[in-house]
Amino acid sequence: MIEFRSVTKRFPDETVAVDDFSFTLPSHRTTVLVGSSGCGKTTLLRMINRMVEPTSGQVLIDDVDVASRDKVELRRSIGYVLQAAGLLPHRKVVDNVATAPVLKGVPKAQARAEALELLDKVGLDRSLADRYPRQLSGGQQQRVGVARALAGDPNILLMDEPFGAVDPIVRADLQLELNRLQRELGKTIVFVTHDIDEAFTLADQVIIFKKGGIIAQAGTPAQILAEPADDFVATFIGADKGKRDLHLQQRTGDQGLTLVVDGDGRPVGILDGAGSPAPGGPDPARGQVTRA
Amino acid sequence: MRWALGNLDLILGLTLNHVRLSVIPIIASLVLSIPLGWLANRNKTLRAVVITGGSLLFTIPSLPLFVILPLIIPTRVLDETNLIVALSIYGVAIMARSAADALASVAAPTLDASTAIGFSPAARFFRVELPLAGPVLLAGIRVVSVSTIALVSVGVIIGSANLGYLFQNGKQRGILAEVVVGILVSLLLALLFDLILVTLGRLLMPWNRGAGADGRLRTRPRRRAPAVAVGGAS
Repeated sequence: MIEFRSVTKRFPDETVAVDDFSFTLPSHRTTVLVGSSGCGKTTLLRMINRMVEPTSGQVLIDDVDVASRDKVELRRSIGYVLQAAGLLPHRKVVDNVATAPVLKGVPKAQARAEALELLDKVGLDRSLADRYPRQLSGGQQQRVGVARALAGDPNILLMDEPFGAVDPIVRADLQLELNRLQRELGKTIVFVTHDIDEAFTLADQVIIFKKGGIIAQAGTPAQILAEPADDFVATFIGADKGKRDLHLQQRTGDQGLTLVVDGDGRPVGILDGAGSPAPGGPDPARGQVTRA
Repeated sequence: MRWALGNLDLILGLTLNHVRLSVIPIIASLVLSIPLGWLANRNKTLRAVVITGGSLLFTIPSLPLFVILPLIIPTRVLDETNLIVALSIYGVAIMARSAADALASVAAPTLDASTAIGFSPAARFFRVELPLAGPVLLAGIRVVSVSTIALVSVGVIIGSANLGYLFQNGKQRGILAEVVVGILVSLLLALLFDLILVTLGRLLMPWNRGAGADGRLRTRPRRRAPAVAVGGAS
């Protein structure tokens, strides 16, 4: 459990990044902080591992104020994934993954063996272990970044726009992979992004920010989609333009396929099993939308 | 050629001494420049002091420096230590700027990431910053190496026995071959040192192989198996 207690951050140039922010992030869940740049979401994330110190207020992890813990030791106990992975260019993939355990004093051989297992876990071939980061594609680097954050089995993962620098196809792939990992591992994940679709894909809980770290709305993706709190949220999630309004369209030519079409008339998927007359086939009433 | 063959012992002795006189200042300037480079990256004032100071040091003519040094450090005028100290000063003058640039060349996001994943400040400096500054440090030390080998010759005027002796002696006695041998051996020495430095760089920075000056990958290093097995029972 990560708790923010009236946290304020004022930078030396008098910019207020976060103003009197209070919120509790539940354990073993993915909380996505989403908002445009400058809304203070990254500042909040970086307060958790003391990369940023609040001007006032407290951040607590399981009821312990992080300010009372040694910075370096605290950071080693929290997984951190950054945009463009932030891998060390002079270390091999396997040593990058093993960084935190080695810093904590785990014998190198043991840390490396565990690093290889983590490569399997994030879907990377072990043959990449002896490569240097820049010999990898952007997507592979990002997977190494996730593996590194998981090394040493931390309870908390902080992810700062980790998939922002990769192309949309790879990003979708990484999101799926993260969801799969999370089902398996049940970490407390704090994820920062400006992409609302990414937020809805990953989150158990979404916090949408206005400027200055003010919460526009917090809730599950379903709650936010069903009842946007105000016009700001509606605009942010694209509900105002009907982007998220879906309706069904029966196609005559394609064996009676039922298309799901969004507000702009673009097909977003097909209704699985709908219009299938075969007995014992999927029940149309329980059909599910397969995203295109 | 005949002159060289007849004086092999002299040439060898002078060369070895030349090497000894060069190696110490090269290493000293690398070691001393790193804390200076670190200081230069603390703030603008320190940067100006280190870099301007370095340039000023380099403008001191060598002869007066040899005369002044015995007054500052407890050596006699004709002591080789004066030469080593003077060459180290010139080396640091060049290297301070290189070291400042080298440490500044390390990407800020990489440093931020290192801190975020739990490097202590000291560990971050020695295990992330310094290694990543390596390529630019190497470029600087290669310049210092060539410059030091050239400058050692000047030491002959304070009685140091190095390859400079061949220039001086050859000129005084009108033996052109002796001067030519002096130049050639100095040149070869400089090339050899450079080769050693580049090889050391490749061994110590395997991650940097095939990278351009901007640190990006040009070609992916790939080892190719020999197509034909050579040899056999013969």
